[in-house]
Amino acid sequence: MNNVIIYCEQNESGKIADVSLELLSKGRKIASQLGSKLEAVLLGHGLATAIEQLSWFGVDTVHAADDRRLFPYRTLPHATLITELFRRETPEIAIFGATSVGRDLAPRVASALRCGLTADCTSLEIGNHRIEKQGITYENLLYQIRPAFGGNIIATIVNPETRPQMATVREGVMKLEPAEKSNTPVLKTVPLDTLSPLDELVQIIDRQMEAPKVNLKGSQIIVAGGYGMGNKANFDQLFHLATLLGGEVGATRAAVDAGFCGHERQIGQTGLTVRPKLYIACGISGSVQHRAGMDQSAKIISINTDAGVPLNAIADYAIQGDIMTVLPKLIAYYKKHSK
Amino acid sequence: MSLKIVVLAKQVPDTRNVGKDAMKEDGTVNRAALPAIFNPDDLNALEMALQVKEALPDAEILVITMGPPRAADIVRESLYRGADRGFLLTDAKFAGSDTLATSYALSKAVMRCQPDLIFCGVQAIDGDTAQVGPQIAEKLNFPQITYAEALIAVSSKKISLKRRLEHGVETVEAALPLLVTVHSSAPACRARNARRVMQFKHAHTPSELTGIARDYTQIYRQHPCLNIEEWNVQTIEADLAKLGLSGSPTKVKKVDNVVLVQKESKQMSDSDADVELMITELMENHIIG
Repeated sequence: MNNVIIYCEQNESGKIADVSLELLSKGRKIASQLGSKLEAVLLGHGLATAIEQLSWFGVDTVHAADDRRLFPYRTLPHATLITELFRRETPEIAIFGATSVGRDLAPRVASALRCGLTADCTSLEIGNHRIEKQGITYENLLYQIRPAFGGNIIATIVNPETRPQMATVREGVMKLEPAEKSNTPVLKTVPLDTLSPLDELVQIIDRQMEAPKVNLKGSQIIVAGGYGMGNKANFDQLFHLATLLGGEVGATRAAVDAGFCGHERQIGQTGLTVRPKLYIACGISGSVQHRAGMDQSAKIISINTDAGVPLNAIADYAIQGDIMTVLPKLIAYYKKHSK
Repeated sequence: MSLKIVVLAKQVPDTRNVGKDAMKEDGTVNRAALPAIFNPDDLNALEMALQVKEALPDAEILVITMGPPRAADIVRESLYRGADRGFLLTDAKFAGSDTLATSYALSKAVMRCQPDLIFCGVQAIDGDTAQVGPQIAEKLNFPQITYAEALIAVSSKKISLKRRLEHGVETVEAALPLLVTVHSSAPACRARNARRVMQFKHAHTPSELTGIARDYTQIYRQHPCLNIEEWNVQTIEADLAKLGLSGSPTKVKKVDNVVLVQKESKQMSDSDADVELMITELMENHIIG
């Protein structure tokens, strides 16, 4: 009752996905603030390692089901079990990773429970909500904060009446912070008797999973290009600088949409969130969505022909100039001064 | 019985091209200045439906769009590219709907068509929620396949599709009926067909006809597909309490215009001296090594 529940994804290696661990870290704080308990739900197969991991995140209760039908993830069995679990446990807040799993599952569950759900939150807070007209104050609601309408506004969404208050959050948005001490959560088995043959209507024939080729999240230096790079040939030049600096190349959504590079390099609200030591933004104007994915970088360089772009406001160095002029100079002077 | 396919398509403001003129002086968005476009993922969805029709020529493709009267453009555009018929779901009572209320309205509209297959884009660029597809599937009690990237095989009984996930691809097979959300990496939609444009430029909604002098009664009798029916709350027999603001569990508490806090940033030129100065500073601070 009234608890915070985090849906935990099991990945290919049997572990809990990073995004779920990040949400547990955030969930722990929210639960403490509300004086409620943190619960995890884990549906998969071969869960020993995953359950072991949970002992480092201050989880009070784990609802788990270990069954061949539950891994790899498929919509129907998971949706059936989660919907049933939420009906039974009536959590106050339920958070899912905004992954191809969470974004497939959470809306289906929210629809079945007729609950409010906010996608891709960039921040979650607890606060009150007052409706002046009716003179009602709802206490301790989950503020679900996300950019909206092309990133020109930041909306704070609340679900005053429906429970659980549901939200999805992208990987990297919350910080992964294991607890200082381990604990042993109470383990509750999720009964599988609600599964029916109808939950088997979609079958996985084949899976080709690959380790991510681009490690943007782990990169200390990121050279990112925007639509202002002009074309793919110019964009490709960024790889020289990134390789030289021992970093990676990132991109804005506009650059990805324009075909300058693949989606796996996209940084921002609908891509990755990164916190490198140095972020070199090349031809990036800096929409809210993009900034949501990089504004916690330690140092930011913005290179743009337009000195008035929004990104320059958060940049440590704002260079006014054409990237194709500046790029060779960056490379030359780095080479000159590095030993 | 021939296969019936519904494609759900949305008209969206082109938020990817928010130029300077799209902002009002007070810093808010001037929605009127943004061009209205066919939601990109929904075009991929239409293409996948057309591919199914190529495999099963008896199949019929119905397009449903929900929006203001001008969203009839989306239906016409779909007809130009190969859809068979289209419907416009339009009613002021839908205003303020969140994804749950929207999916309820669309599911009621879809029910009128009794489809075997529903295709829609993964998400619309004005909200990026990716919630409406799965929520419609749940309301219709249809299984769902999200993030579809390619059609592999289809028959009147089942379909197999490739899904695009973060770290790989998955091939799935499902019995019909089914709802499919189509990813932006799926094949791009074919272009308009010139003959179809000539034919379907005469497709109109009843509201559009009120401004046209020509009498379409006879033409519609001969070519019913030119009649873009307008559906409202009564047509789809929807429960008002589940629509609009009252039917939306999520409430917007507040909206902040984005205000940037100016950092102490160093403004530099692209001169050699400036670039060299910056590089040396970064190296002295061990930001780069």
